[in-house]
Amino acid sequence: MVQPTIEETRLSTEQAIQTYREGARISDVDALVVDGLSVYYETESGTVKACDDVTFTLKQGERFALVGESGSGKTTLAMALMRLTRPPGHIAKGSVTLHERDLTNLSDDEMRQARLSEIALVPQGAMNSLNPIMRIGKQITDGIIDHLLDDDPTPNKEELDEIVRDLLTRVGLRPGVSRLYPHELSGGMKQRVAMAIGISLRPRLIIADEPTSALDVVVQRQIMQTLGRLQEGLDASIMLVGHDMGLVAQFADTIGVMYAGKLVEVGPVEEVFSDPKHPYTKLLIGSLPSLQEKREFLGIPGLPPQLVALPPGCAFADRCPSRFDKCGGSIPEKLDVGGRRFVACHLYEEEVQS
Amino acid sequence: MTEQTQAVENSSRFGGTSVSQIFLGIFGHFIVKRFLFFIFVVWLASTVIFIIPRLSGQDPVKEKLLLEAQRGGAMQTGLDAMAKKYQKRFGLDQPMWVQYTNFLKDLARLDLGVSIAFFPRTVNEIVFESLMWTLGLMGTVTVIAFILGTLAGAVLGWPRRPGWVQYVFMPLLTLAAIPQYLLAMILIFIFAFKLGWLPLFGGYSVATLPELSFSFVIDVLRHAVLPAFAILFSVVGFWAIGMRGMMINTQGEDYMIQADAKGLKGSRIFMRYAVRNALLPQVTGLALVLGTIVTGQVLVERVFSYPGIGDILFQAIRLSDFFVIRGIVIVIILGIAGATFLLDVLYPLLDPRIKVRS
Ligand SMILES: Nc1ncnc2c1ncn2[C@@H]1O[C@H](COP(=O)(O)OP(=O)(O)O)[C@@H](O)[C@H]1O
Ligand code: SF4
Ligand SMILES: [Mg+2]
Repeated sequence: MVQPTIEETRLSTEQAIQTYREGARISDVDALVVDGLSVYYETESGTVKACDDVTFTLKQGERFALVGESGSGKTTLAMALMRLTRPPGHIAKGSVTLHERDLTNLSDDEMRQARLSEIALVPQGAMNSLNPIMRIGKQITDGIIDHLLDDDPTPNKEELDEIVRDLLTRVGLRPGVSRLYPHELSGGMKQRVAMAIGISLRPRLIIADEPTSALDVVVQRQIMQTLGRLQEGLDASIMLVGHDMGLVAQFADTIGVMYAGKLVEVGPVEEVFSDPKHPYTKLLIGSLPSLQEKREFLGIPGLPPQLVALPPGCAFADRCPSRFDKCGGSIPEKLDVGGRRFVACHLYEEEVQS
Repeated sequence: MTEQTQAVENSSRFGGTSVSQIFLGIFGHFIVKRFLFFIFVVWLASTVIFIIPRLSGQDPVKEKLLLEAQRGGAMQTGLDAMAKKYQKRFGLDQPMWVQYTNFLKDLARLDLGVSIAFFPRTVNEIVFESLMWTLGLMGTVTVIAFILGTLAGAVLGWPRRPGWVQYVFMPLLTLAAIPQYLLAMILIFIFAFKLGWLPLFGGYSVATLPELSFSFVIDVLRHAVLPAFAILFSVVGFWAIGMRGMMINTQGEDYMIQADAKGLKGSRIFMRYAVRNALLPQVTGLALVLGTIVTGQVLVERVFSYPGIGDILFQAIRLSDFFVIRGIVIVIILGIAGATFLLDVLYPLLDPRIKVRS
């Protein structure tokens, strides 16, 4: 088989929209409702509002992609959804409701039980997310064992072996991998193990934080395909965190754009790509390589603001080509612009009111 | 780790049942190699020990006799003749290379020669006896201190520890800052001198003779308590501080975050993820320290007049008992080289990333 080159595998905007997942089964059931979630880091130089007043909803079976520059708060948000925020970070406000259960109100042990069994993490940089001195099989089963309820029968070794074999096969690995140690696996194999662990208790929500960063393009594709297949098999929802717009566009149903700790635009992938509303989203999509023009990846001029010292108005104002008087004065509210689309930008206030 | 062991990437190609066979084959070979290296180190160090005193141009036997003569006020006449006689006895009149081969031959048989100061006692006897006292005390104390210190450090470096833990362990750690001999003297003053609960000095009571009886064992233990605690307190802190640091480092690892994300029980994350990984450098440290305990604790053993190897070394230097000094140095070399050898052989069993190069 001839291996595709990087150029061939990178998607242009047009291709990305064309290959968008058609006829996806998204139910009407709310799986995840995030309301006004704010996560702050208390540092010596001040409070870092890494995730500020974030609100969005995910339906059961929906694939939601969260994109944004590095440092925009994507990991912070992902960890907060699992209540894994560590000091100096803390969840300052807001609620996370998973299938009508408010996770922010659970006791620590209830939350521990919910992790993996209802909300699972496929981590960023699976390279180091496995315990270096424990065999893969054991790292898959220990999560299962720690989630047994009092009246559950304790599975014996054969049953556990069977479960591990099944999970490894599902993610496309040989069963023999269970006897290996993490350093004996390639990056792609480790990422697959991370997925096997993630689905081991059939969670209802999978959070995948840049699952393909640090992998080469061909492997990225395969991993994303496997992830999609697994998610459909479980009928779970998925939140994919990523910065590769092409990869995201091909995979997700809905896209959320994060900038400086805020969710600035949410909407169905095809519509956001064909008609981006927020000036930042416009620049992001405009900077993607296009089939017709074949121009260089431009990037966005300017730097993201310091999260400790945010400007009083819109955080994007410094770099925004469409800024006007109002932008420096007040923080734009999230607006419902119809068609399941939301945008936080002063430009659309009149349009919505009229 | 030494250059002989290294992390081998991508050994997944050795799938199937042959892995263990291949590994055993390499492992057997590897042990042989490490053992030859051990022999080489011992030979090299022993040769250095053989050469250095002879470079000084001094004659240890003559020095010794001169010292005795002055002390006894004896005439110095006939001293040279006497020295000759002694040198013949110790083989010091032979050509250098004969002395060297004799020395190596004796070493291979683990015969360390005869003491000058305690003639006709052999160095083997003297060193072995004091080594037993030192190993009995230091070996036990080192292992206890390692276990206590590592446990304390593990708990202190655990973010979810109960609050009271800090108030119990932290004062203990400050004891590590007090020098051992000072702590020894404080302990003697309080428990032996003021309270009279425990003996002031020695390895056993002067009035008793070493024998294998219950009362003698109790006597030995009573004598060991204060030196043991003097060493224990300072060493526990050393292990605790190291372990605490490693535990805190471990907290930042991705696999710790993932362990939480997997919803594992706190006890499992603590033992199987945090402690088990933080322990690796501790074990290296323990092996190296165990290698050096044969050097004894000169200061503490002096303060308690404990008949250990440190005390003997001190006396041998004072009496310029060349052969005893040499014997002790060789034992120290054997101890350190032996511990390094054991560590090299056992470490791959603890850390699968360290594998043996074929
Ligand atoms: N432990 C921490 N302490 C202080 N600030 C942090 C910490 N972790 C992250 N941050 C800050 O929060 C912001 C968002 O980080 P992160 O969520 O990792 O972004 P992303 O995943 O989008 O790259 C960054 O600007 C970073 O400086
Ligand atoms: S609110 Fe103003 S500055 Fe901010 S993105 Fe909209 S137009 Fe640009
Ligand atoms: Mg991140």
